[in-house]
Amino acid sequence: MLKTRIIPCLDVKDGRVVKGINFLDLIDAGDPVEQAKIYSEVGADEICFLDISASIEKRKTMINIVAKTAEHVFIPLTVGGGINEIEDIRALLKSGADKVSINTAAILNENLIKDSSQRFGSQCIVAAVDAKRHNNDWIVYSHGGTKNTGIKVFSWLEKLQQLGAGEILLTSMDRDGTKNGFDLELLKKSTDLLTIPVIASGGVGNLKHFEEGVTKGGASALLAASVFHFAEFSIKEVKKFLNDKKIPVRIN
Amino acid sequence: MKKKVAIIDYGLGNIVSAQQSFIKDAREHNLNADVVITKDVETINNSTHIVLPGQGAFNSCIEGLKSIDGMIDSLENNVLNKKKPFLGICVGMQLLADEGRENGTHNGLGWIKGSTKKLKPNNLKLPHMGWNNVNVINKNFDMDFPIDNLDFYFVHSYYFDCFDKKNIIATTDYDLKFPSIVGKENIYGVQFHPEKSSNQGLRLINSFLKL
Repeated sequence: MLKTRIIPCLDVKDGRVVKGINFLDLIDAGDPVEQAKIYSEVGADEICFLDISASIEKRKTMINIVAKTAEHVFIPLTVGGGINEIEDIRALLKSGADKVSINTAAILNENLIKDSSQRFGSQCIVAAVDAKRHNNDWIVYSHGGTKNTGIKVFSWLEKLQQLGAGEILLTSMDRDGTKNGFDLELLKKSTDLLTIPVIASGGVGNLKHFEEGVTKGGASALLAASVFHFAEFSIKEVKKFLNDKKIPVRIN
Repeated sequence: MKKKVAIIDYGLGNIVSAQQSFIKDAREHNLNADVVITKDVETINNSTHIVLPGQGAFNSCIEGLKSIDGMIDSLENNVLNKKKPFLGICVGMQLLADEGRENGTHNGLGWIKGSTKKLKPNNLKLPHMGWNNVNVINKNFDMDFPIDNLDFYFVHSYYFDCFDKKNIIATTDYDLKFPSIVGKENIYGVQFHPEKSSNQGLRLINSFLKL
C-alpha cells in the first residue's frame, strides 16, 4: 500500500539553514547537508530545501549543497526557490536533486512547466502554489507570497496539471505559521479536483493536524518546517500517531 | 576481483544519486569497485556490472539510447552474450519489455517478454509516487532479495506487464498488483528507485554488486 509521505522543509539562505533542528550532537547546525542526513536517519520520506537567498550569486551555492547532499542522503530531494529558467532546473537535477519546485516562474512563464516536464519528466517537476483566501475563493500569490496575481487557485491548479506538473505543493498563506492546522477546505477541494498528488503545507501545529490533512484533506504528503525544526515533535512521533490511526506510513 | 560498474548516461536528469549509492555501498562493504557514469561503449565493454537508469517517457528513453552510436549493440553483446549482471531502474526496467505504450507504441529492448502499460488506479493519484511495499514472490534467482515487504520509493505512471509469470520476482499493490522486480538469468529490473530508498535500497544494490 502506498504510504503518506512526511516531508521536512529546510529554509536555506546563502548556503546556511536559517530554521533548523537544535540537535546537541550536530557539529554544524547551520549546514544543510548535516540537517538532511539527520532527517533521513530519523525517517523523513523526502527532504525539501527552500532557497531564500536574496541574490542570484548566493543561490549558486545551492548547487554545491545539493551535490554534497546527494553523496550522503539516499531519499528524494526537492529543491525550490529562485528557479527561473530551464537551465536552473537542469543544473539542479544534474548535481543530484530529484525534483525542483517551481512557483513564481511558472506564473510568469507557463511554458516553463510544460517544457521542463517534457524534457526531464513530470516526476521531477513540482508546482508550488501559495494560496490566500479572498471571500469565498482562493487567490494565487507570487514572489514569496507578496504579490496578488488575481489568478484563482482552482483554475491555476488544473492548468498546472495539464501543463505537466507531477505534483502540487499547496501552501495556505492564511494558515502558514499559525499552527491552527491545514486549510482543509482548500486542501479537500484541490485533492478532489486533481489527479496528481498534492503535498499539504502551512499551518500544522499538532499531531491531529497531520491526520486531518490526510483523512479530511486527501493529501498524499505532508510538509512541515517549524514543528520539526524546533523539535516540538519528531518525525517518528508523527508516524507513530498516523500509524495508530490506521493511516499507512513508512516505518521501516 | 575488482567490480567495474557502468551506469549508462543517455542525457537524463539526476543519475548522480545512482552513482553515489553504489559508491557508498561498495565502501561500506569493503568491495573493491569502480563506479562510473558513462556513454562510452569501450567502458561498457570493460565493465563487470551494467546499470540502466531511466526517467521520463519510454519513447524518449529508448530514443536516447539509440542515439548513441553502438550503444544497443554493446548492451546486447555484454548482457545477452557475455551475461554480465544488468540492473534496469524505473524506465530502465520498462525498456526491457518488447514494447512500451507511452506516447504511441514503441519497441523496447525485448529482453524480457512483456509490454509497458499505463496504471489506471480507481480513485488513486497518478503518478504512483512515494513509498510502497514490495512482496517477493519468487526467490529462484542468483540475486538475493532480503527485502520482503519493505517500502521502496516509486515514481511512475506506467508498469511492466510481464507475459511470463516466472520473470516476476516481486509485486507491489496500487489498485493493481504490478511487477515491481523482474528478472531473467543475469538481467534484473526494478520499478522503484533503490538509490532513493534509504537503507533497504542500499541493501538491494549490495545484492546486485555481489553477483
